[in-house]
Amino acid sequence: MSKREPISDRRKFIFNMARGVGIATLGGFVWSAYIDEAKASQLLLRPPGAIKEDDFLKTCIKCGMCVEACPFDTLLLAKPGDHKPLGTPYFTPRDVPCHMCTDIPCVPVCPTGALDQKSVETENKLDINSAEMGLAVIDKDSCIAFWGIQCDACYRACPLLGKAITIEYAKNERTGKHAFLKPVVHSDPCTGCGMCEHACVTQKAAIQVFPREVAMGKAGDYYIKGWDKKDDKRVKDAKAIKTRTEISKKSAIDTLNDSGDLY
Amino acid sequence: MSLSRREFLKSSAAASAAAAMGMAVPAELEAKATEAEHGWRWDKAACRFCGTGCGIMMATKDGKIVAVKGDPAAPVNRGLNCIKGYFNAKIMYGADRLTQPLLRVDNQGNFDKKGSFAPVSWERAFDEMEFHIRKALKHAGPESVGIFASGQYTIMEGYAAQKMMKAGFRSNAIDPNARHCMASAVVGFYQTFGIDEPSGCYDDIELTDTVISWGSNMAEMHPILWSRVTDRKLTDPKKVKIISIQTYTHRTSDLADTEIIFTPNTDLAMWNYVAREIVMRDAKENIIDWDFIKKHIVFAVGPVNLGYGLRRASDKSLNPRRADGSAGKYDAKEMETIDKEMSKVVSQTEGPALEPYGYKAGDTMKNSGGTLGHWEISFAEYKKSLEPYTLDYVAKICKGNPDESLESFKAKLQELADLYIEKDRKVVSFWTMGMNQHTRGSWDNTLAYNVHFMLNKQARPGSGAFSLTGQPSACGTAREVGTFTHRLPADLMVKVPAHRKIAEKKWMIPHGTLNGVGKQHIMQIHRDIEDGLIKFAWVNVCNAYQDSASASHWIKAAREMDNFIVTSDGYPGISAKVSDLILPSAMIYEKWGGYGNAERRTQLWRQQVLPVGDAMSDTWQWVELSKRFTVDDLWGAYAPSGPRKTALPDVRKAAYAMGYSGDTTMYEILFANKIAKSYKLDQADPIQKGYDNSEGYGDSRNVVGSDGKVFKGYGFFIHKYLFEEYAAFGRGRGHDLAPFDMYHKVRGLKWPVVNGKETPWRFNVNFDPYAAKAAKGTDNEFAFYGKIAKSLKQGDLTHVTDKKKKPLPNKAKIFARPYMDPPEKPDAEYDTWLATGRVLEHWHSGTMTMRVPELYRAVPEALCYMHPEDAKKKGLQQGKLAWVESRRGRVKARVETRGRNRPPRGLVFVPWFDERIFINKVCLDATCPMSKQTDYKKCAVKIYKV
Repeated sequence: MSKREPISDRRKFIFNMARGVGIATLGGFVWSAYIDEAKASQLLLRPPGAIKEDDFLKTCIKCGMCVEACPFDTLLLAKPGDHKPLGTPYFTPRDVPCHMCTDIPCVPVCPTGALDQKSVETENKLDINSAEMGLAVIDKDSCIAFWGIQCDACYRACPLLGKAITIEYAKNERTGKHAFLKPVVHSDPCTGCGMCEHACVTQKAAIQVFPREVAMGKAGDYYIKGWDKKDDKRVKDAKAIKTRTEISKKSAIDTLNDSGDLY
Repeated sequence: MSLSRREFLKSSAAASAAAAMGMAVPAELEAKATEAEHGWRWDKAACRFCGTGCGIMMATKDGKIVAVKGDPAAPVNRGLNCIKGYFNAKIMYGADRLTQPLLRVDNQGNFDKKGSFAPVSWERAFDEMEFHIRKALKHAGPESVGIFASGQYTIMEGYAAQKMMKAGFRSNAIDPNARHCMASAVVGFYQTFGIDEPSGCYDDIELTDTVISWGSNMAEMHPILWSRVTDRKLTDPKKVKIISIQTYTHRTSDLADTEIIFTPNTDLAMWNYVAREIVMRDAKENIIDWDFIKKHIVFAVGPVNLGYGLRRASDKSLNPRRADGSAGKYDAKEMETIDKEMSKVVSQTEGPALEPYGYKAGDTMKNSGGTLGHWEISFAEYKKSLEPYTLDYVAKICKGNPDESLESFKAKLQELADLYIEKDRKVVSFWTMGMNQHTRGSWDNTLAYNVHFMLNKQARPGSGAFSLTGQPSACGTAREVGTFTHRLPADLMVKVPAHRKIAEKKWMIPHGTLNGVGKQHIMQIHRDIEDGLIKFAWVNVCNAYQDSASASHWIKAAREMDNFIVTSDGYPGISAKVSDLILPSAMIYEKWGGYGNAERRTQLWRQQVLPVGDAMSDTWQWVELSKRFTVDDLWGAYAPSGPRKTALPDVRKAAYAMGYSGDTTMYEILFANKIAKSYKLDQADPIQKGYDNSEGYGDSRNVVGSDGKVFKGYGFFIHKYLFEEYAAFGRGRGHDLAPFDMYHKVRGLKWPVVNGKETPWRFNVNFDPYAAKAAKGTDNEFAFYGKIAKSLKQGDLTHVTDKKKKPLPNKAKIFARPYMDPPEKPDAEYDTWLATGRVLEHWHSGTMTMRVPELYRAVPEALCYMHPEDAKKKGLQQGKLAWVESRRGRVKARVETRGRNRPPRGLVFVPWFDERIFINKVCLDATCPMSKQTDYKKCAVKIYKV
């Protein structure tokens, strides 16, 4: 982006109101909504560089600097009635996705480190590709590419096309002449920008972005991909752990001496 | 040592590249790589679980295994694993691992069969074992000492156990759980080829056009092989056909083009149907490869009145017979089935199939109890045996899904025959427990080869009948080492005097030491305990009290009779609970070891870590036991006992003449002899360097051993000695293994390994040097050079007509075998078939996998899979408990009408991994009367609301 666009009047109004309420919240206002909001916040997409959600909520002072910096009106501040932690920044990709500005204007302006610049840098240079705002997840049944419709809208919208989303080719046995071109998301390159969700042509998006904590599993560190040299690093702190299940919850001798009727 | 980042990348890349090529890495570079990777040491091993034989790499750190990866260099799995293999790092670290010997004692600490378990020293444990073995030997000689052995023994453990039992105790009452797993396959191999184990290899999967799975849920039981089958199908989906022939729908059918659901036991009729199509259509269509048949095949038959491997009327525990129908320790209900062992009435179903053999429906068949005997017949006689298997008859008796139309089923049978017959179509038939765990399992196996032989689709790349094994070393240890009651290493047999002589010479024991009667197979060991013949039994690397059918009988005999039961295990499973003494065993990667998989691939590994607690390997336990017995203790004369009708000679004088004295221990003769000691411990040896050897050196735990002193090691490389001595049996006999060290440099080799080269397809002169040698001077493409049962009397389907034996060198056999009913079928009261088996997530009795939290969470309990309409009819609800009851016992299990296994109406499937849902109390201990393998796939039950 060469030039920041001015913030629209309407947006300024909402923004100011949200900021005001945010400050009021700090004074102890509208506590009743807090529980709902804490739950909802697990599903909120935060600006690039946002630290872990628990820490983010403690560190963000709801100043709105990041929102002000966003040239695409992607970022919003939560206002009353949004059922989101008031005054904190978030975005809704179906409405406005993150455009992945290479200069990441929203992050350096953060005064508290709630948006951590280091986490969006590679070798001391800003690098939006390293952002981890969320992860796109596909619902295969509503994704029309899986029906054989030649769609790929998400793939083509992806700023990291060919990396974050690739296409898996499979024969369409029904027609015998065509192929399925199925989108597949790869979690490591995917930043969660939401361009895909925004572009998705189904009534409700078949590809949606969720916070990575929500969307991702964890394979565990007792198994390593033997074919991937780098995978060793993932599990560098692996330790042998004593395991316990229902069947091994008692000591061996108690199990043996209390084995009941076996015949 | 500090390494720069670049040095690190360089050395670890070089190490992995070298490993991928199976090359040895220079020690210095290897050490650098090892230290660089986070303080881990990587080394190769084989997966602990099934017969597929995947290669893995283990990371150890601070004396524990912390992670595993699939070995990308392993030809079987190329770095992949199933989810059991995925958790190899966790199986040894369950919270309730057995760490010290435990003995049942009274308040004073004396052994008391009714006492509670308390920790004792290794010395006390061996004192008790010695005392009770001596007592048993006095009671009924060598036949009174029994071992429940294993297809999960390492090669070295199995060999040590086998040697001490057969050479030391002179007892053949050692038999593995592998009996339950592939004994029928072995009889099939012996009878057909004269030598054990498959002709083909896993490469057949990539080379074939057709995979036909007969009674095998490969998708769950051999997942890595199944992913290779899947890849083959995806590569050429139009040409490649997959047929799934099963008694209920399961995951393997998902990929299949056609699924054939048949009535339990009727696979016999379907094989005969395919054979009949081949023979009857031959005149018109030129199907049979007569040149192949004339050069390589003879036709044969044996008696059909074999019984069902159940207890015989003369058995002690079946006496006295009472007026209410009960007999000895068996109640009247149980006797309804057991009585068929002695005689049965030929049913309407089997009548037509038995007519060529001289029986018809309604006849009474007197059963002999089983024989391996058979004689040669003409092709015309064989053809006669096939006549009954018309499409109408076969479809009528085989169709297993009552909701399928007869026409649809017939079309599938025709498709099956057409696929086999199609010229130039390559076909692999795979099977596992469905065909092996079968009261006519040996027949079923031979029937598979019939079809492949007539089409000349056997022992060729991409074509062949291929028996898959269940256990990781059912082939490598149980079969090849021969830890069966009737076997010695490398296809030698205890009943053959010349074979005993070979073993006696190799083992440096007097001629006449070995006992020539090997009849105490694993079910017989249970029955001999119940009959009071066996007084000492030891469970090794298996769970004999959970895995045997009619389980309540064997547990009751162990707990209530005057005997002494020992279990060596890693965890407190049912066998441990039933025992009098429990020994804590080193688990898989806590010892040097080796396994052999289903494609004849032998794989060795080093000891990766020290065992947990005071656990010691089974090899060590056997060797320590051998120190307790001398020449004078064991090698005197023994009166006839049990199955042995003649005395065992006194061989002590011969032993003295060999330089042994009366107090020379079995340890000195069998394990620490001059040859053994020539295998040196040597930290300069690249194979041994840097690795523990708890048996060789002792180890830093300073375990107090069997003599009350800290165990400091044998001082020689016992594993290498045991391996090399065992391997010498097979070298030059078609069973050649490579040297010990070689297996530490490569990812396994398929035997026979001749001049450093492995053998992918046996009996085929293009691939097998033994076949090439046997066929020399001819233009034959094959030589079936196995030596067992290779001369036959002549006869017809019912009789021997010429007793003179005709030799049949380099030939294989096609057998006439009819369809027969199993001994127990659903009736008005017990109206449902029960099959048991495994699930992907759990291994066997679950002692390891049920302790891995992730696998436990995935499948926490065994379910009763049944058809939703059956559930509805019986008033049962999905997810609710039901009783599953047979004539032998009952268990409670949750009803599952959805999910991975979808039986037809009239059949339920309950897996056996869950000791709390003890399905083997319900199952029947009928076996194939030839192989003695239990039929776990069928008995009759009723199911009702709790």
